[in-house]
Order: sequence, then structure tokens, then C-alpha cells
Amino acid sequence: MTVETAPMTTDLQSSPRMRHATQALIKKRYAAERRFRAYGVAAILFGLAFLVALFSTIVARGYTAFLQSAFTLDVNLDQGAFGSSTPPSQSDIIMADYTKLANRALFQALGVDPANKADAKAAASLLSANADVQIRKAVEADPSLIGKSIPLTLLAHGNVDTLMKGHFDRTVPENRRQLSDKQLGWLDKAAASGVLAKHFNTGIFTYGASSKPETAGVGVAFIGSLYMMLIVLLVSVPLGVAAAVYLEEFAPKNLLTDTIEVNINNLAAVPSIVFGLLGLAIFINFMGVPRSAALVGGLVLALMTLPTIIIATRAAVAAVPPSIREAALGVGASKMQSITHHVIPLAVPGILTGTIIGLAKALGETAPLLMIGMVAFVVDFPKTPFDSATALPVQIYMWATAAERGFVERTAGATLILLAFLVCMNVTAVLLRRRYERRW
Amino acid sequence: MSTPLLLLIVFALGIVGWFLGNRRARASVDGKTSALHSRPGYYGAYVLLWATLPALFLIILWLAIAPPITTSMVQSRLPEAIQTGPEQGLTLTMSTVRLVEKGLDALSPEELDKTANPSTDVKALLMSKGVPLAVTPEPYAVDAARYQLTLKRSSQLLITVAAIGLSLLGLAFGFLRVGPKLRSRNAVESVALAGLLGCSMVAILTTLGIVLSMLFESIHFFSIVPIQDFLFGTVWDPRFSSAGSGAAGGEFGLLPLLWGTLYISLVALLVAVPVGLFSAVYMSEYASGRVRATAKPLLEILAGIPTIVYGFFALITFGPLLRDVGASVGLSISATSVLTAGLIMGVMLIPFVSSLSDDIINAVPQSLREGSYGLGATQSETIKRVILPAALPGIVGAVLLAASRAIGETMIVVLAAGIAPNLTLNPFEPVTTITVKIVSQLTGDLEFNSPQTLVAFALGLTLFVFTLALNIYALYIVRKYREQYE
Repeated sequence: MTVETAPMTTDLQSSPRMRHATQALIKKRYAAERRFRAYGVAAILFGLAFLVALFSTIVARGYTAFLQSAFTLDVNLDQGAFGSSTPPSQSDIIMADYTKLANRALFQALGVDPANKADAKAAASLLSANADVQIRKAVEADPSLIGKSIPLTLLAHGNVDTLMKGHFDRTVPENRRQLSDKQLGWLDKAAASGVLAKHFNTGIFTYGASSKPETAGVGVAFIGSLYMMLIVLLVSVPLGVAAAVYLEEFAPKNLLTDTIEVNINNLAAVPSIVFGLLGLAIFINFMGVPRSAALVGGLVLALMTLPTIIIATRAAVAAVPPSIREAALGVGASKMQSITHHVIPLAVPGILTGTIIGLAKALGETAPLLMIGMVAFVVDFPKTPFDSATALPVQIYMWATAAERGFVERTAGATLILLAFLVCMNVTAVLLRRRYERRW
Repeated sequence: MSTPLLLLIVFALGIVGWFLGNRRARASVDGKTSALHSRPGYYGAYVLLWATLPALFLIILWLAIAPPITTSMVQSRLPEAIQTGPEQGLTLTMSTVRLVEKGLDALSPEELDKTANPSTDVKALLMSKGVPLAVTPEPYAVDAARYQLTLKRSSQLLITVAAIGLSLLGLAFGFLRVGPKLRSRNAVESVALAGLLGCSMVAILTTLGIVLSMLFESIHFFSIVPIQDFLFGTVWDPRFSSAGSGAAGGEFGLLPLLWGTLYISLVALLVAVPVGLFSAVYMSEYASGRVRATAKPLLEILAGIPTIVYGFFALITFGPLLRDVGASVGLSISATSVLTAGLIMGVMLIPFVSSLSDDIINAVPQSLREGSYGLGATQSETIKRVILPAALPGIVGAVLLAASRAIGETMIVVLAAGIAPNLTLNPFEPVTTITVKIVSQLTGDLEFNSPQTLVAFALGLTLFVFTLALNIYALYIVRKYREQYE
């Protein structure tokens, strides 16, 4: 065979026509090769382009959420507003009409005649409905301010904020606009004189749920998420590490351990919403834990994170070389001692990395929390894990479905905060792995 | 005594036991610890376990069985008419009893005695303790609440005495057994091993919990709505019934939801599979080490982004963009549509397909590649004719896993797919999915006996069965393939 084919090849190459055909074929094959490579590059670029588009959209939409328009007004806290007794009693301070004080200061700054009812109403609507609370808090913090005139930064209404951030369309006919020409006139003047300006928005970090975009923040949701992460940590890390150590080091090969392994692999791929249904049926209906409580959310997320931690821990434990175990056994340690004294300490970096990645996943999880009633309008900070709470991603979900224009920016801002946390956690995990990863 | 305090006392006794056991072990050999069977700490732990574990089991048992017993004893005191009446009436009465009992608990003993007299205004009395009642409770409800309170208090007292007693008894028993010959390490380690086994059983318990809880609620649902109407119905219209009416009053056809789910998943896979596969091939076969080290983690970021963020992006940017693009070429694309949700979900799935395929392609032995190059094949021909066929089972497994993700994905479809059930082939129209309907049926005020709520569990069960089948099949394929080259 070989003897016969050899001259044939020479024949093929020597004949000019055949050589031409071969070269054409090779050209075609090389072109196919280049095309194939280009598809690969295109696929990667597609993914990366999407990543860039996603991040740039959210940053572009969200960075303005960290600025908030507010009026800097000289609020005259005259004695008259606080009843007759001096010093005013606690109830006087609580009951005083702060809205009136705020409006008076605003009218003065904008040059509005309070006697003109229509004008006064239009001007008053430029302040946030929360302005009175801001003054009250200032007074409560320092009652000696009463009787003085103090400069205060009071939040502007959401519409004013939209205008200040350039999202307001002035070309729309006046009757279909949120702000009238007259109001725009006042605002332009106020902005020019510096009375109305954008300040760094601390509120987005401290406020809770609100129906008004200007006083809505992720503070309460953040505390809820924090509680849940703590519960996840306390429940799933000990359970997960123990389960992984058992499966990796002790488990005999039998039906029970096989079932456990198949179960863990399957749990890792069960849709998260199903865990929410589990939480609803077992923790809330059966065990009677209050709905919306951070405890339920934490437990559900802990069950969800468990497979991640078990799988990571098993990998970390398996990576510890057998020589370590054998050395420990050789000097008389029991199997349990060799594991608790040597294997687990050496596996800690891997366990930690897995834990952080699992926590990051749990932090961004929304669907199961919707099932257990964490889509709650929570204004107060939860004091214990039994109180009603909400979570960062759920807050994002609620704002994403809110109708008002101002909430779009809040949603993107909250997303940025969430992503910042996730980036920090993942970077920590990567650094931990780099720093402590040992190769034997 | 409250349960947390009781637990604290039991643990405190355990710690006392640890010190005592440790001391006795040392004392029994006059400080020469080498004469002990185990190191002294194990004797301490031995006593600690004896002092805490039996008491803990007792407390757990009590927590599990005491409330149902109390409830049934209280129920038997209620008037005959309520006990045999409709279920709602009983539930309502029992919740009033619970509320009244909570209020009575805050009263002083004298005030509590006063409530025995039917003429006392219990509502006003409880109001003063910060427990507002909507209605004036019936005398029998107050009576039942008093009875429940007495029962609870006496059972609490009983468990306190029993648990502390058992703890002390265990402590004494363990303490007396401590001696140089006691194999305490072996005992402690076998308890620890049992603990480890128990922890790994949580995985089974979770699966069991998922299956049982959904099965029970689904059976409840199918007793109201026939199972064939659910599985083969083509109309989804679960009108919300008014509280307590109990009538089905709605149609619960699964098919439109299932269609929406599968359609969106299909679109998602049409994006994710080619893109993911090509990136995996490029990264494992062509890319230099540096490109691989940057591109791979970057692509994997896509898997780390919470799905709510994708959903928000689809809702705010991508959906409107598609609509505008569609309008400019004369297509009417709805902002929430199969296409929007499918494309975004496809992007989310890219890293799932690419990392798994990458691993599988890397597992193909080098000798196969070299054999192919030796025959004169180009790199792409080797990949198409040799590597991909060899890796095919694993890739199919990866695609199936991605499909199960797509079917179970919630937040993207909630925000980007729409809420109207729609049996349509047009990818530009909104459809709805199983997960969207689970969310919409279970958010808001719940009433657990209505089919409108229970259907969510039937949907959940459907989802679970679907994804479980896909996962098991995918894992089976992946595992079978892996064994070939090892």
C-alpha cells in the first residue's frame, strides 16, 4: 500500500492542475480555520460587550442617585410656633407645625407672596413632604435652637430633583408637566443663587422604604440583608463544613452516602424560587415563624447556600495531601484528631473562599425572599431577626416596579451599592485564594 | 422559665461538667495524665455531653409535641358547634384564643383571676396591656385562653424541672464514670461522628422538605381543582376569590405558562449555547495563557451578577431598545417580550455553558488532538471532527444544566417577560412563565386555603420535577462521560 501511494502523491503534486486544486482546497481550509477562530473571538467579545453595556448603563443611570437636590433655607424657629410655655414641652415640640415653618422659609427664599394662595401652594409643593420631619429632628436634637433662625438643608420634592439632574423635559406642554412655568422660574432663580443645589445623598444609605423617591433609601434593607447573611453564616457554615468532612473523610461507600451525594448535587441546581416555597410551607406555615422576618429569609438562604459550601469544603479537604493525615495517624492521633487538628486547619482558606462566594450568591438572591413575604414596605430598622425586614435585592425589585421617574435612578443606585458589595466579597475571595492557596 | 434561658442553663451545666470531668480525670491518676486512657479534655467533654445531650433531646421533643397537644386540649374545651363547624370558624376562634392568651399572659395574677368572671371587660383590660383586640372575645374564648395559659405555664414549669433534672442526672452519671480506664475519647468521637452524619443528612432533609411540602399543598390544591384541568388546561385565569369563599372560581391551566417557560428558555439557549460553546472552544484551544487568564474570569462575572440586575437592565434599557429598533424596521416588539427575556437570560447562561464545556474540552486527551494533527487536519477541523464529538456527551450535559437554570430562573422573567399568559409563537409578544405566576400568586395577602394560593405549590412542584429530571439526566451524562478517559 505505502509503496503504491507514494508515487501517486508525487503525481498529484507534480501535475499543475492537481497542484492548483490542492492549493485551492488548502486555501479554503485555511479560510475555514480563520472563520472558525473569528467566531470564537466574536463569542467572547459578545459576552464582554454585554458586560460593559450592563455596567455602563447602570453606572450612567445610577450615579446621580448619590446626589440629591435640596434647598438651603434659613428656617426661623420662632417661639410662637411651639406653644406658649417656655421652654416648650416635649409634646409641643412634637406637635409643632413644622411644615408651616419650612414653607415660610421657602417663600422667603423664592420671593413668593404667601397671601397668594395658588402661588403659595405651588411653591410649597416644591419641598419634600419629609421637610417637616427634618426640621423636627433638628429641633429634637437641640431644643435650644427654638427662637433662633438657623440654616437648614431641606430635601426638595422628587420632581425638583428630576429637574436638577437634567431629566426633566421642558418642551412638554405646561398642562402635562409636573412643574409649571412659574415653578420652573422660581427653581431656576433658586438654583442660580445657590439656594437650591445638589448635595451628596446620605439618605440613600440611611432611609427605609418610602413612597417618595427623595426619602427612599436602602438603609433598612441593608440591615435586613445583614441579619440574613449572619444567619446564613451561622447556619450553613457549621452544617456545610461538618457534612463535607463527613462525606469526604468518614463516609463509607453505601446507599445512604450515595443518596446524600446525589441530593447535594441536585440541591445545588434546584431553582431558588423552590427554596422560597419550602420556606413558606415549612418555616412559616408549619413552624409558625413570623412572615417577612429576617430569620425565615436567613434560613431559606442558608439552605440554598449549603450545597455551595459543602462542595467547596469537600474540594478543599480533598486537596490536603494524604501524607499529612498519615503523619498524624503515625504519631498516634485518632482519625478524628488528625482531621480536626490538621486537615481542617489546612483547608480553611478553601473553606473561606467557598463561604464568601456562597454568601455573595445569597446576598444577590431575590426570588425566594419574594415567596416569604419580604416584599414588605418596611420603614423601621428591624431590631431583631424576628422583625419584619426586607433585603437589598428585594428593595431593588420593589423600586424597579415603582411607577415614579425618580425611582429609576434609585433602583440603579441601589444596584450599584449591591454590586459594590458583591465585587468586594468576590475580590476578597480571590485574594484569599491567591494569598493562602498552597500547592503540595 | 423561657426556653432560651433553659437552654442557657443546660449549657452552663455542661460547662460545669466539663471542668468537673477534667479535674476528676486528673485527680484519679494524681496528675500523671499519661496514665489516662484519653487526654483529660476528653473526660471533660464526656461529662459535658452527658450533661447537655439528653436534656437537649428532651427539650426538642417537648418543643415538637407540646404545642399540638395543648392546642387539641384547648380545642376540646370549645363549644361543640365550633368544633364540628366549618374549618374556617375553628381557625378563627383559635387565633382569637391565641391573641387573648397572649394578652392574659401580661396580666398580674389578680387581674387574671378577675377575667374568670364573665362580666369583666376583657377587651379593655387587654387594651391597657397593649394587646388590641378587634372584637370583644366570647366568654368561651376567654375561658379557653385561660385554660391554654394554665396549660402552657404548667408545661413550661414541667419541662424546666425535667430538663434541669435530667441535665444534673447526666452530669452526675458522666462524672461518676470518669476514671483512668474510661475510653472517653472513643465515646466523644463517636458522638462527634454521629453529629457529622446528622449534618450531612440535612441535604436529604431539605430535599424531603421540598418534596413533601409541595406535594401536600399540591394534593390539597388538586382536591379543589382536578389535576387534569391543571395539567392540560389551556386557560390561565385564577381570579382572586374573596376571603373565605373557598370556591375555585378560576381556571388554572398550566399549558400557557409551560409554553412561555419553554419558549423563553429556548430563545435563551439559542443565545447561550453557540456563544458559550464558541468561547469555550476558543479559550481552551486557541487562546494564549494571558488571554485566557483575563477573558475567563471576566466572562464568569456574568454568572456572579444577581439576576435582579439583569432583570432591571432588561426592563429599563434592553426592552425599550428592542422596541425602538423594532419600530424603526417596522416590527412591533413589545418592551416585555419573549425576545427581551430570552436574550438577556441567554447572556446570563453564557458562563454556565462556557465553563462546563471548557472543563470537558480540556478533559479530552491530548493524544486525540495530536493524532488528528498528524493526519494533516487543521485546528478547526480537529475541533469539529474530533474534539467536539468526543466531548459531546459532556456538552449536552452542560446544555441541559443551562436549560434547567433557564426554566427555574425567576427575576429576569418577572421583570422582562410580562404577566399575561399567552399561547403564542410570536417572539415579539409578552408571555408569562411558571416562575412569574408563582411570584404573582404568592405576593400580597395570603389565604392558605384558596386555590389561588395553593396553585403556586402545584406550579412549584411542576418546576421542581422538570428541573430535577433535567439535572439528574445531565449529571448522569456528565458522569458517564468523565469515566471514559480516566
